[in-house]
Parts: sequence; C-alpha cells; structure tokens
Amino acid sequence: MFGNLTAAAFEHNWIVNAAVASMGLALVGVAALLTYLRRWRWLWREWLTTLDHKRIGVMYLVVAAVMLFKGGVDALMMRGQQAVAAGAAQGYLSANHYDQIFTAHGVTMIFFVAMPLVFGLFNLIIPLQIGSRDVAFPFLNAVSFWLFAAGAALFNASLAVGHFAATGWLAYPPLSELAYSPGVGVDYWIWCLQIAGIGSLLSGINFLATIITMRAPGMKLMKMPMFIWNALGTIVLVVFAFPVLTATLGMLFLDRFFSMHFFTAAAGGNAMMYVNLIWSWGHPEVYILVLPAFGIFSEVVSVFSEKKIFGYASMVAATAAITLLSFMVWLHHFFTMGAGADVNAFFGIATMVIAIPTGVKIFNWLFTMYKGRVHFTTPMYWFFGFVATFTLGGMAGVLMAVPAADFELHNSLFLVAHFHTMIVGGVLFGLFAGFTYWFPKFTGFKLDERLGKWAFWCWIVGFFLAFVPLYILGFMGATRRLDHYAASTGWQPLFIVAGIGAVIIAIGVLFQLAQIVVSILWRERYRDTTNGDPWNGRTLEWSVGTPVPVYNFAVIPNAAERDPLWEAKRRGCWPPKENPAYEDITLPRNSAVPVIIAALGFLFGFGIVWHIVWLALASAAGIVAALITRSCDNDTEYVISAAEVERMESQRMESRLQKP
Amino acid sequence: MNSGTTINDEKRYFGFWAYLMSDCLLFGALFAAYAVLRGNVAGGPAGSEIFSLPFVFGETLILLTSSFTAGLASLAAYRGSKRGVLGWLTATFALGAAFLAMEMTEFTRLVRSGNGPQRSGFLTSYFTLVGTHGLHIAAGLLWMAVLIVQIAASRSLTPKMARRVSLLGLFWHFLDIVWIFIFTIVYLMGVM
Repeated sequence: MFGNLTAAAFEHNWIVNAAVASMGLALVGVAALLTYLRRWRWLWREWLTTLDHKRIGVMYLVVAAVMLFKGGVDALMMRGQQAVAAGAAQGYLSANHYDQIFTAHGVTMIFFVAMPLVFGLFNLIIPLQIGSRDVAFPFLNAVSFWLFAAGAALFNASLAVGHFAATGWLAYPPLSELAYSPGVGVDYWIWCLQIAGIGSLLSGINFLATIITMRAPGMKLMKMPMFIWNALGTIVLVVFAFPVLTATLGMLFLDRFFSMHFFTAAAGGNAMMYVNLIWSWGHPEVYILVLPAFGIFSEVVSVFSEKKIFGYASMVAATAAITLLSFMVWLHHFFTMGAGADVNAFFGIATMVIAIPTGVKIFNWLFTMYKGRVHFTTPMYWFFGFVATFTLGGMAGVLMAVPAADFELHNSLFLVAHFHTMIVGGVLFGLFAGFTYWFPKFTGFKLDERLGKWAFWCWIVGFFLAFVPLYILGFMGATRRLDHYAASTGWQPLFIVAGIGAVIIAIGVLFQLAQIVVSILWRERYRDTTNGDPWNGRTLEWSVGTPVPVYNFAVIPNAAERDPLWEAKRRGCWPPKENPAYEDITLPRNSAVPVIIAALGFLFGFGIVWHIVWLALASAAGIVAALITRSCDNDTEYVISAAEVERMESQRMESRLQKP
Repeated sequence: MNSGTTINDEKRYFGFWAYLMSDCLLFGALFAAYAVLRGNVAGGPAGSEIFSLPFVFGETLILLTSSFTAGLASLAAYRGSKRGVLGWLTATFALGAAFLAMEMTEFTRLVRSGNGPQRSGFLTSYFTLVGTHGLHIAAGLLWMAVLIVQIAASRSLTPKMARRVSLLGLFWHFLDIVWIFIFTIVYLMGVM
C-alpha cells in the first residue's frame, strides 16, 4: 500500500526535526493568517489560478526568496561545521548529514533560487519590453511555474519524509547508483529536478516563441533591447540543454528503478558517460544563469549613465558567441577523467576563448559609462561590485582552463571559490540589481536606497572574506566537501575567516529584508510620482503606467528604433498629447488546471520515490485526464471591449492626477 | 488575438517546432548513450544475434505508410473536409497501433528469451532508445484518439481542430524521421 514508506522515514536528528517543525509552523502560520483575513478565495482567484505573466513572475520571486533562505541556512551550517571540525573536534554535523547539506545547498541555489529568479524576471519584463500583451502560451506558462513549484515542494518534502541525496549536487554514479546509495535520497533528487526541469523546458519554449513571434511592430531583431537579446540567448540554451538533463535523469532513474545498466560499474555500464551527459547540460546551465545578469546590467548601466549602450552590435555578437561556445566547453569540468592531451587541449582553448566575448561585454559597459551622466544608485553599486568580482573570478576560470593547472586545482576549494565568484558576483548581483531596478514598475514605489547600499557593502565585504580564504585553502590542498580535517593542516584560521564572511553576508541579507519591509511600510515616502517612469527609462516597460494594467498596453506601441521611449522623449512626443484609438483586447481566463497538474505531478514524484506504484500510475493518469479536459475547453479567453479599455485608462489618468 | 488569426497560428507553429527540436535533443542524448554502450554486451548477445531485419523492415514500412496517411489527413484539414480528416486519422491510428503492437511483440520476445534491458549495457540503451520512441508513438496515438473523438463530436471542422490535425501531423512525421535513424543506426548497423 505504501511501498517503501515506513515509520522510519519520519525519524530524524534534532537539527532536521527543528527544520521540519519550523517549516510546519510557517505553513500553519500562513494558513492561519489567510483564514483570519478571509483571503483564501482571493488567493485562489487572484494568484493561484492566474494566467497573468506578471503575477506568475511575482510568484516565482516569492518561491525563490523562500528557497534562498533555505539554501542560505545550508551555507551557514557548512561554514560553521568547517570552522570548528579540526583535529579532535568533530563538529556538530555527522558526515552523512553534512553530505546531504552540501548536496541540498547546490541543488537549492541553482535550481530553486537562481532559475526561478531568472524566470520570474523573464515573466515580469520580457512581454513589457517587447511591447506585447502576454507571453505566447499563457496556459503553458502557468503549467511551467506550477511544475517548478511542485519540484520545490518535493525537494522540501525530502526533509520531512525520508532524506535527501548525499552525493553532491550532480549525483555522479557509481555513487548515485542503487548499490552505493540505497535510500530514497537520490530518487528525491532525480524527481524534484525532473519535475522542475520539465517546467523550465516548457518555459524556454514559451519565451522563445514569445520573443520571436510577439514583438511590437517595428522591433526588428537588431532593435531589441539588450536584455531581450540576452534572454534570447538564455532561452535558446534552455531549449537545447534541458532535454539532455531530462534524458540523463531518466537514465539514472531507469538504472535505479529497473536495475538497468547505463552507468553501473558492472554489466557494461559506463559511469563516465553520465559525467559527459550531465555536463553537456550543466555547462550551458552556467550561461543560462549568467546571460540574464548580463542583460540586466546592460539595461541598468545604460539607464543610469543616461547613454545608449556602447557597441550594440558587438554586444549582440558577444551574446551570440557566448551562447554558441557554451555548448563546446563542457569537458573542462573533468579534465582529470583522462580524455587525453589532445581533447583536453581543445576544450581548454575553447574555454579560454569564451573570455573574449565576455571581455567585450565588460568593456562595452565601461565605455557606456564613459562621458555619461552616471547616477550612483543601488543597482549601479551592484554593477560596480559585479565588475570587480566577476573579472577576478573570470581570471581564476581562465587559470583553471589550462588542463595542467586544473590537474592541481580540480575539486579543490579553489574551484569552489571560483564558481561562487561567478555565481554570486555575476548572477546574484545581477539579479539584485534587476530586482531593485524593476521593483517600482510593479509596486509604484522604490526600494530604500540607504538600506540597499548597506546591504551591498555587507555582501561585497562578506563575499571576499568568505571566498578569498577558499582560494588560498585550495592552493594549500583543501579539497571540497570535507566535513572534517586534521589540525596539522593549519587550515582552521582560514576556515574561521570564511565563516565570519558568511555571517557578514547573512547580515547583508537582513538589510535586504529590512529594505523591503521599510519600503513597503513607508511606501508613501518612496512613491514613484512619475506614473511608472522613475528612472527616466529608455525601453517600453517604462512607457506603461504603474501598476501595469492586466492588458499591459492599451495600444500596442511602435518600436522602430532602439530605446524607443528615450527617443520619443527626446523628440518631445512623450507623453502623447491626444487620446489614442482603443480596440478590443482578448485575454486568457484563469484556470485551475495548472495547479491540479502540478499537484498530481508532486504526487507522481512522491509515489515513484517511495515505490508506491498505484499512486504514481493514478497521478499520471490524472495528469493526462486534466490535459484532455483542457483540450476540450473552448471558453478559455475573454474580451475587454474598447469602451471598457478607454474607461480603465481614463480612470488610471485621474487617479494619477489626484496623487500628491 | 482571437484563436483564428494568423499571428496566433504563427506562434503556435513556431512553439511546436521549438518543442520538436528540444525533443530531437532528447533523442540525441539517447542515441549518444546507445553509441557508447552498443559494444558493451557483457557476455550477452550482440545486436546481430537478436535482431530480425525482415520483421523490423515490416515495422518500418507500416510506420512510413502511417506518415503518408497522416499527411493526407493534414491535406484534408486544409480543405476543411471533416470526413476526410476522420478517415485518414483513423487509418493513421490503425497503422500506428499495428506498429506499436509489433514493437511490443519484439520486446516481449527479447525479454522472454532472457535478453531484457537488465541483461547488459547494450540492451539497456537499446530498450531505452527504441522504447522512448515507442512511448512517443503511444502518446501520439492517445492524442489522435482524443482528436478523432473531438472532431467526430463537433458539427464541422473548426480552424482550431484543423490546426491540431496539422500539428499532430508534424509530430508524427518527426517520429517517423527519428525511426529512420533508429532503423539505420540500431538495426541496419547492428546486423551488418
């Protein structure tokens, strides 16, 4: 009846019990608050069943924030363990628990923080920046989000029921095979990534179709904003890389569930094939994360320097080159596997070549600021931090691209420091800049600048304190994933410094939370009085009022030049003088089907993890039935009449004039 | 943005093509796995000992014919002929089901003789590659069955239905192309 699920799955040590209890309390608290405020119906109608890309974007950000907290706690626990567990002291975490934590930290941060932040921003910004009323497939968009949420829920369920993988975030076989990881940990890993990954793949297809087919009239490819170009590169990578992840996870599942021999040590399996397959997804994934950050900085630097982006065509070429090259370097993750000198040399050189288009971008941003009128706002602070950090991390990367050097540094803390420099200093700083930059577009007020800058200084100081010791420790021979080391190594002082750095980063996160809370509570003080254009913006998203109406654009704009809003302002034809001619607008109706599909997807994953076959089969059948029902539904859209649009627009004008 | 307008069609066709290309990558990964593992027979049989080329050739002819009838269904959809669409879709369904039945027969024969997917790396990758294609065929048949019922129940062939017939046709031809590669790389190269 319950497969492999027994009472033993609920027995944990006190740390996990505390985590589960706090998770449960948080859920109960939210449920109680919703009941007290009588907001359940509102939640269901306005948010859970919505097909509005803006609201889906916000929900992505909310899930990402919750998961960032989880991943951050993992990081602090690891830093705490390594700061104390030298010599006779064993620290407070068992080896197996520590292994689960570093696995969960990687999985959380990449799949359930960075990816939803990227897709959340894509949802919020892409349709607005290309002058579109929606994404290409609004229903599919909601399915993508809810599948992602189901994956995240399954991942969190592993904390309460059973345990998570202790294999490292990419679960290399033969360790991840049934013979060496007999529990449910790896199965949870497979299915939370499989479900969330299919959501990402569908999102990728959706945004590719959106960018290619739904741009405003006049917006030729070479007129697209830089953020859209970078998003396009990202999306192409998603569409071509994620199927490989799906296939690879599927193969590992077949090995574990049906005793097949893709990657087993015996009967003709080949574990090295797994490493090749997973990295031919994994390396593009790195660029899936960083290209959006490049796009954000291109917007931010241009707007806050009051100059058009320097070298637009070279920026586009650099983006395309990075997109292409990112598929040709995956082997640099395992030079030590023994592919031979020629192969290693090819991939080493290909890796170094990527530094060229990336360097082009850095210089273009710097030249954009040159002779510009630079505003020292929080997003620009993140940009300055990014340039310093990312360039440093990039140079460490070029160093490791030399196969001979990599043989020394492979799997050392030097590597760990390198990729954190790229992902924190590149991806995360970029997303923070984008969050601060676009926040007033959707709320009507800015974030507090002073708290934002304090957060920035904590992050940048904490970051270098936390990761420079790791570079040094790597050179001293410390490998990654150690839960304990000998006192004679002399590593402990550096690990303590790294731990202090992590605490300072945590203080930075507290400042960010305070920034959001303060800005919401005293929002009148931060109110954007410009009707949606607080930064003197250049692109179309700043041309619609705040809050953005459900149809985005009452009239589809014309975008025949780059920076269309800026050009319109420069020529004095913004804001428009006369009332435009409105037309009927068709929008998608809300649907509960995406939530139902995701709930069944969660049950499917749970059933298969615990070998509860009937549950898995019933859920799969339920998903098919839900899709068939949806395909028979011919009433999926509604129309806002032109007269209604006119009324809504004039109402928005009046409410704007009444504001102080 | 009504369902019948051109822009709507453009984005749907484009999106479906993007999906097909991503599916192509999925098969690419499975083909790569097969290429790596095909020699790893681990004491079990090699392809030349277990494949029956005449049988597989029969399967191939049936699938190619079903692609032809799927094409005729699309043409009937462009003409707006409800009867034509229903007839040709039913024929495609019958041929697809026959193909799937033959594949099942072959799989059963292999498993019964002790050469199931657990036998060796080669058989693991063989069953997964061919089985994934079979799973796609099964999904296509389900889609076809639902579409046949929907069209039969509606008064006339709506533009939305016609578009679905055409997209299903794309899916079916795509599976046909994947099968050509399976036939060549797995069976022909396995036997020769």
